[in-house]
Amino acid sequence: MLELSKDNFEEEVLNSKGTVLVDFWSDSCDLCLDIMPDVEELSEKYGDKIKFAKLNIKGNRRLAISQKVLGLPSIVFYEDGEKTEHLTGEDLEVEDIEKAIKERI
Amino acid sequence: MSSTYDLIIIGGGPAGMAAAIYGSRSRLNTLVLEAKRKTGGQPSTYHDMENYPGVPETTASELMDNFRKHAEKFNTEFKRGEVTNLEVNGFEKIVTTKKGEEYKTKSVVLAMGAEPRKLGIKGEEELKGKGVSYCATCDADIFEELDVVVIGNGNSAVEESIYLTKFVNKLTMIVIHDEGVMDAEKILQEKAMENDKIDFVWNSVVEEIKGDGMVEKAVAKNIKTGETHEIDCHGVFFFVGRVPNTDFLEGTVELTENGYVKANDEMETSAPGVYAVGDVRNKVVRQVITAAGDGANAAVMAQGYIEEEDYWQNNVLKSDNPVVVAFWSVTDQDSMDMISELEGMGLEDKDYRFVKIDTYKNRLISNRYDIEKIPTVIKLVDGEVEEKLVDPSVEELQEII
Repeated sequence: MLELSKDNFEEEVLNSKGTVLVDFWSDSCDLCLDIMPDVEELSEKYGDKIKFAKLNIKGNRRLAISQKVLGLPSIVFYEDGEKTEHLTGEDLEVEDIEKAIKERI
Repeated sequence: MSSTYDLIIIGGGPAGMAAAIYGSRSRLNTLVLEAKRKTGGQPSTYHDMENYPGVPETTASELMDNFRKHAEKFNTEFKRGEVTNLEVNGFEKIVTTKKGEEYKTKSVVLAMGAEPRKLGIKGEEELKGKGVSYCATCDADIFEELDVVVIGNGNSAVEESIYLTKFVNKLTMIVIHDEGVMDAEKILQEKAMENDKIDFVWNSVVEEIKGDGMVEKAVAKNIKTGETHEIDCHGVFFFVGRVPNTDFLEGTVELTENGYVKANDEMETSAPGVYAVGDVRNKVVRQVITAAGDGANAAVMAQGYIEEEDYWQNNVLKSDNPVVVAFWSVTDQDSMDMISELEGMGLEDKDYRFVKIDTYKNRLISNRYDIEKIPTVIKLVDGEVEEKLVDPSVEELQEII
């Protein structure tokens, strides 16, 4: 998965054609760390169809807020640079993420 | 496909995992079913843990990781699954998950805990994950140097507020009570009062959360004056108590009006072999240590239940010969005399099986056969009661054989 930061977010996500999935996470978010391996797995399965990226909000907090991400973990989909879906919450399941991916391929 | 266990624990929080440690250490074939991806229950989403005896320096999630390691050390099996049905058919109980997996077990410990309560105020659902949060440790990083509002004033609200002040710029607690009154423990209240980053709004509730795609304002309402005012903030944390999720148990075990499971001091529910522990149980003090205590209690009770029931099934109900059961207690001389009388009658030679039940130790069987007075003797043929004699004379005993 592509590592994002405030330096490459615009280029890799906002100016990117097609679908981009961004996993917003942080080290202190246990749920984020738990779900990460599952998202990695999805990236291997669907990586040729859509772009998978992750953003550690540590040091990129303002960027996260500009994307209206105020809860972790957050999985956000972008279509040609436009935010189209935002999955979040304590009960977020990998099945929900896979379903959203399938809707887009 | 179904598997058979001695003990299935529904819920992997502190109560469930304590039951698992005790159960699997007693060689019960034990399974913990946890609905969430991570075990640890409620404490796994909290930070501070200052009052678990014997562990002065730890965090809540670290303590929960250790509970799990401890249970795994004794070979507890952990599986992920949300339980949606429990069927009790006497000794056999069937637990079914949302995905349709079925597990058979001899005993069940209900340890599902409780979910954060939602207030259902305007903006709460729409802005969930967009500033509305129920978990401080999950979202603390995001609110670094920002302003947040906390709703609630119990232990969780105050503890999590103190934790959040390590990150946020300013935190406003909305407290429904009069100035200076909070539900939290005194030691926590004092810490919060001394904290420069925490402001209080007394006599107030939050009526609405406003924002376009993310939280921008909380609307506080003074319940005495009816006046409202808006507080600029990026986050609103809800710590307003918890509610149990026990709908699937209706009709199986007795519940309270609020949905908590009714259980006695031994954690026994209205269904034999089914126990309730931790926050899902109807009780007053809900702490990690009391949850763990509940779990230990239930596992020991479950072990006794299984032994008694196994013995009864194998020696009485499945016996080819008629069975004479004597209910006795060491504190009752008449019942002890009756036992020696029966032992002298040569029951085995007459193709009877003779079973003694100590009514003090084995309340399960005594209750099932409505033994109100000892000595009592019952005679079972093919598992059915044929005779029941209360305080019988020697002649009466001889007559039934």
